[in-house]
Amino acid sequence: MNNDKIITADKLTKRFGDFVAVNEISFDVHKGEIFGFLGANGAGKTTAMRMLCGLSLPSSGQATVAGFDVFKENEKIKKSIGYMSQKFSLYEDLTVKENMRFYGGIYGKSDQFIKDKTAFVLDHLHLENEGNKLVRSLPLGWKQKLAFSVAIFHEPVLVFLDEPTGGVDPVTRREFWNMIYQAAEKGITIFVTTHYMDEAEYCNRVSIMVDGSIEALDTPTQLKRNYGAGSMDEVFLKLARKATRMES
Amino acid sequence: MSAAVSVNNIIKTYGKKKAIVTALQDISFEVKPGELFGIIGPDGAGKTSLFRILTTLLLADSGTATVDGFDVVKDYKEIRKRVGYMPGRFSLYQDLSVQENLEFFATIFNTSIDENYDLIKDIYRQIEPFKDRKAGKLSGGMKQKLALSCALIHRPSVLFLDEPTTGVDAVSRKEFWEMLKRLKQQGITILVSTPYMDEASLCDRVVLMQDGHVLSINTPQQIVNNFGKPLWAARAGNMLHLLNDLKQSEAVDNAYPSGTYHHVVLKDGYDEKFLLQKIKENNNELEIKQIQPDIEDCFMKLMR
Repeated sequence: MNNDKIITADKLTKRFGDFVAVNEISFDVHKGEIFGFLGANGAGKTTAMRMLCGLSLPSSGQATVAGFDVFKENEKIKKSIGYMSQKFSLYEDLTVKENMRFYGGIYGKSDQFIKDKTAFVLDHLHLENEGNKLVRSLPLGWKQKLAFSVAIFHEPVLVFLDEPTGGVDPVTRREFWNMIYQAAEKGITIFVTTHYMDEAEYCNRVSIMVDGSIEALDTPTQLKRNYGAGSMDEVFLKLARKATRMES
Repeated sequence: MSAAVSVNNIIKTYGKKKAIVTALQDISFEVKPGELFGIIGPDGAGKTSLFRILTTLLLADSGTATVDGFDVVKDYKEIRKRVGYMPGRFSLYQDLSVQENLEFFATIFNTSIDENYDLIKDIYRQIEPFKDRKAGKLSGGMKQKLALSCALIHRPSVLFLDEPTTGVDAVSRKEFWEMLKRLKQQGITILVSTPYMDEASLCDRVVLMQDGHVLSINTPQQIVNNFGKPLWAARAGNMLHLLNDLKQSEAVDNAYPSGTYHHVVLKDGYDEKFLLQKIKENNNELEIKQIQPDIEDCFMKLMR
């Protein structure tokens, strides 16, 4: 296996009865890359992501994540990755510090690691004075940035971000992407889904799923060239309009 | 003609004493009959609180509001008869079928599906093949169409749609707005909230909201016209490098990424030629052009 590749998928497929949710998708994600995973609702993104996170066994095909096989080593995959979504991120009724203690503990980090890392993250986010406040009491923009920091608290090689910026104000959305860039520079691979097409432009490469298959995969610049489009929004509309199946 | 919706100095707070959260801070605006009116703002702006007050499900701390000329406190029964409300969270009966849900709502309002079928047929036809399926088993897009059908079945004069397109992909969002345009032609006043700034341009008028405050109320075109300063779009071979250079330049008031380009507002007294001179050495393939601001640019300017 090539060490440069953090995700490899080869004809990865998931069937539910007669329904083929994910149909033989093949792609690689490189270390340190910001990889945008786009598709219409019901295209199969979530199912594909669940397989890559080790939460759902594929029906056929092959895939490795962080060097581990999705069939045999899914527990090792879970330890190597971080995950954040708009819907599930932090415990609102725990304090900022307690959330970090909790996530650090789940990933088996030492007390010393958790203590040092907590101090580092609070300093980095300028939240030194909010460490003992309930997450519930924080402004939404802060929560989202904090959630990302907690998702990479255990220093995973790869983090999955499922619509991380939904509903977030435009300024915070950009600050959030700044954090993504910083994490990628440190070598953390970013696998991100979004409905904001301007954010697709910020990815190194973008894949677009239609009806269970990856219809296009390239850099945003090349995708726009290939489809004669002025923006990623146009590329997406051209591809997603081809979808025939009803979302599931 | 009197306003379809009138909101006057509405204040709403939650919590007590130490932990008071102010959801709405002195909000006022009017919506004209037949208008497609957008309430645009991120999570926490106060959109849902406002909708719940106008649909008589929540009491404001102070201020007054009317819907269709009726007071939201005194005449709540009258208002409930004449508004349609589609909450952000799916709130139909999951264990009833598509048709049963629609019949239920029609019956509650003393009407029938047949009576108002022409109003919903455009939308309902798309889910009619699945009319015996339980609502809980529908896909997101189909649930949305059913919820909209149920909100319309009594032919409301004012329709409230709370974030109908949140989490919905770009194609389905476009389709939903096309549905709204057709509904507007039927003379229904529509108030729709959204966190997607690009949807503002599809409304007749919008209110931009942030943290319980009104940032601006106007037509989308007028909001853009009020930006007041030239907006520049810049790009170069290395976008991250360019952004850092822009942020550090003495000529730049604000610079932020926006899709393929970085958007740049210059300080008074500086022009793009000056900026170009300063940063072209370190940025290859540098391109700067003047562009029209969009609603998101305006929102960010108003937030500062």
